[in-house]
Amino acid sequence: MKFHLDEKIWLIASFGVIIGMMLFTGYQTFVLGMGPPSHMETIDPQKVDETSPFDEPGLYQIGENEYEVVMTLQLFSFTPNEIEIPAGATVHFTLTSKDVTHGFQIAGTNVNAMVMPGHIQKITQTFTEPGEYLVLCNEYCGTGHQYMATTITVK
Amino acid sequence: MGTTLKQSWKEKADQALGASPEDATLSKTYLFVSFITLLIGGVLGLIQGLNRAGILELPSWLNYYQVLTAHGILLILVFTALFTIGYFYAVLSHNLGGLLPKARKMAWIGFGLKVIGLIFVIVPIIMNEASVMFTFYPPLAAHPVFYFGLVLLVVGVWMCAFGAFIQVANWRKKNKGQHVPILSYFATGVFVLLFFSSIPVAIEVFMIIPWAIGWVETINVMLSRTLFWAFGHTLVNIWYLTAVSAWYVVVPKIIGGRRFSDTLTRVVIILLVILNIPGGFHHQIIDPGIAESVKFLHVFMSLAIGFPSLMTAYAMFAVFEKTARKKGGKGLFRWFNKLPWGDVRFLAPMVAMIAFIPGGAGGIAQSTNQLNQVAHNTLWVVGHFHLTLGTTAALTFFGISYWLVPYLSKRVLTPAINRLGVIQTIFWSAGMIFMAGAMHWVGLLGSPRRTSYTTYFDNATALSWDPYLIFLAVGGTLLMIGVLIQVYAVIHLMFFAPKGETEFPIAEEEDNASKTPYWTERWGMIIVIMLLVIAMGYVIPLVEMIVNAPPGSPPFRPW
Ligand code: HEM
Ligand SMILES: [Cu+2]
Ligand SMILES: [Cu+2]
Repeated sequence: MKFHLDEKIWLIASFGVIIGMMLFTGYQTFVLGMGPPSHMETIDPQKVDETSPFDEPGLYQIGENEYEVVMTLQLFSFTPNEIEIPAGATVHFTLTSKDVTHGFQIAGTNVNAMVMPGHIQKITQTFTEPGEYLVLCNEYCGTGHQYMATTITVK
Repeated sequence: MGTTLKQSWKEKADQALGASPEDATLSKTYLFVSFITLLIGGVLGLIQGLNRAGILELPSWLNYYQVLTAHGILLILVFTALFTIGYFYAVLSHNLGGLLPKARKMAWIGFGLKVIGLIFVIVPIIMNEASVMFTFYPPLAAHPVFYFGLVLLVVGVWMCAFGAFIQVANWRKKNKGQHVPILSYFATGVFVLLFFSSIPVAIEVFMIIPWAIGWVETINVMLSRTLFWAFGHTLVNIWYLTAVSAWYVVVPKIIGGRRFSDTLTRVVIILLVILNIPGGFHHQIIDPGIAESVKFLHVFMSLAIGFPSLMTAYAMFAVFEKTARKKGGKGLFRWFNKLPWGDVRFLAPMVAMIAFIPGGAGGIAQSTNQLNQVAHNTLWVVGHFHLTLGTTAALTFFGISYWLVPYLSKRVLTPAINRLGVIQTIFWSAGMIFMAGAMHWVGLLGSPRRTSYTTYFDNATALSWDPYLIFLAVGGTLLMIGVLIQVYAVIHLMFFAPKGETEFPIAEEEDNASKTPYWTERWGMIIVIMLLVIAMGYVIPLVEMIVNAPPGSPPFRPW
């Protein structure tokens, strides 16, 4: 096979872009700890209400301006909903579904995670800007999917 | 000796006279039903676009999610599959001296199975018993008939794949030591991928059926989802590979040039076949239950597919430049003017390729884990695949139809229909700029996909998306006009255009082309490597999902 010089350059550059993207992803994941939500714990999806910590969903303060939100997602709501936190708070969300697959997205942030029955999902966010954040389900879950939303108010 | 002579005479005769009537009828039937599917799918798409913009409120008997399930299945699966099979059976007939009666029969049986399967799938959707989207993720449970329909669709596709394998194997036996003609080589790659990628979804559906009927109480949600994407992701890449076949082989002929290196073309096909199936994991980047290290490995698995596409980008521009310069084109970019922009058979696939520049770049971006977290399940993704599938693949299919349909119907493309085709391409491009553009933008702002019009209880953030969603409706309307023109053109070329001969455009290799190495014909080896790559990607996560599975989920029908 004969390659022209410009073709060689193009192919090497292409390969470089792909490897570059790879390294960039690896750096963010393993050095900066910005990996995608990938929690491995499981749960019996039919016994969520009886299983700790989801037997008591809610907002818990776990440190100075650091909180844990234990939340269940179910057709077509979030429990707890309408959460209020102070500005600058770091919030660790611990999520699971009581029925079908849902999505957990906070508009205007990078919080975005699939929440599936049988699996516990975790994601963390620091809310520096005060305001009202829209939390919505971004995976189709049934006829009421377009109403599955709540808010987080940062004061 | 006598038979080979007769064979080659028959091949020449076929090439001179066009497809035999039986072969033509088969492909025409596939194409006709394919474009009718596009028409119905387009109407549904417009309904969605208008609803999402808040312009159209659906009547109580028609649910947004019924419409969306049908739109997805009709366009990502049916329109594309029927077109691809009709096109490649025409290729096999033309390239390999007419279809064997056995292969033709299998394609007809496949057609029958697919039509029955489609009815089984659509009726439950219409009756509001299957609003599960084309992804049908358990524990959403449709009416069992919906899954029977899927089984028939898959078996129908297998029939066509085996018919094609028999046809190609027969030719190879008669032409020992020769390379399969390039378009038939593409066909082989496409049917190999179709067959192997539909195995995981077949397994998934066989897990679902007893559960949907009620014989089994629960299902492994994560496993089903992963098996689905091994298929779903490969599927769209198969439609892309189909489009690529026309770029490498047909477009150079239409612009009066020669095709790019035969060896590299075949290498691109082999790479796309080998690397494709594990890409499915990029649909699960923010799923629970898959470790970060596995996801990282899969970034490579997904991005690797970008490499053959970048090779293709180079090849296409090399062919364009060479051809245009031979015709006297000058300057760094002025040679562009020498390309036949007024010929829809060139213009449509050319726009399709151009759309793949932002489409492919967006794909690379959203494959990286962190950017995926921004885009996943927002309208950005819908914008992405209307560029790649809805434009790169679909518009190339449209471009093919302007010569393939008259070739099959023994008619000609008139200047009037050519002009109509150019107008169609303009409508499609403008429509996609508006619709896919708006989807990308509003997706970045957070607007979710698969969601009927909502303000989330007059939430300010959600209300701020509305102006962008209007553009989505504008684009959708332009696209609908494009669909109408396209379907009209196909019907005209099939039944009403003036009679005459239309050529099957296949470009020649360069005169000084180097010989293609024979290992490219070793499909057994290619398939083994493909299976090894699939094993590398899937064994660890699948074992994890099965061994450490949580208790399963019962069925839900939340609609
Ligand atoms: C008239 C032309 C079209 C219009 C107006 C249109 C419009 C839309 C809209 C608005 C959505 C997303 C809605 C949502 O997520 O809520 C959508 C989804 C989709 N479209 Fe189209 N579309 C058109 C043509 C096509 C074509 C040609 C294809 C493929 C060949 C296609 C494939 C899809 C797929 C696969 C989905 C995703 C369905 C799902 O999320 O389950 N569309 N379309
Ligand atoms: Cu939802
Ligand atoms: Cu994919």
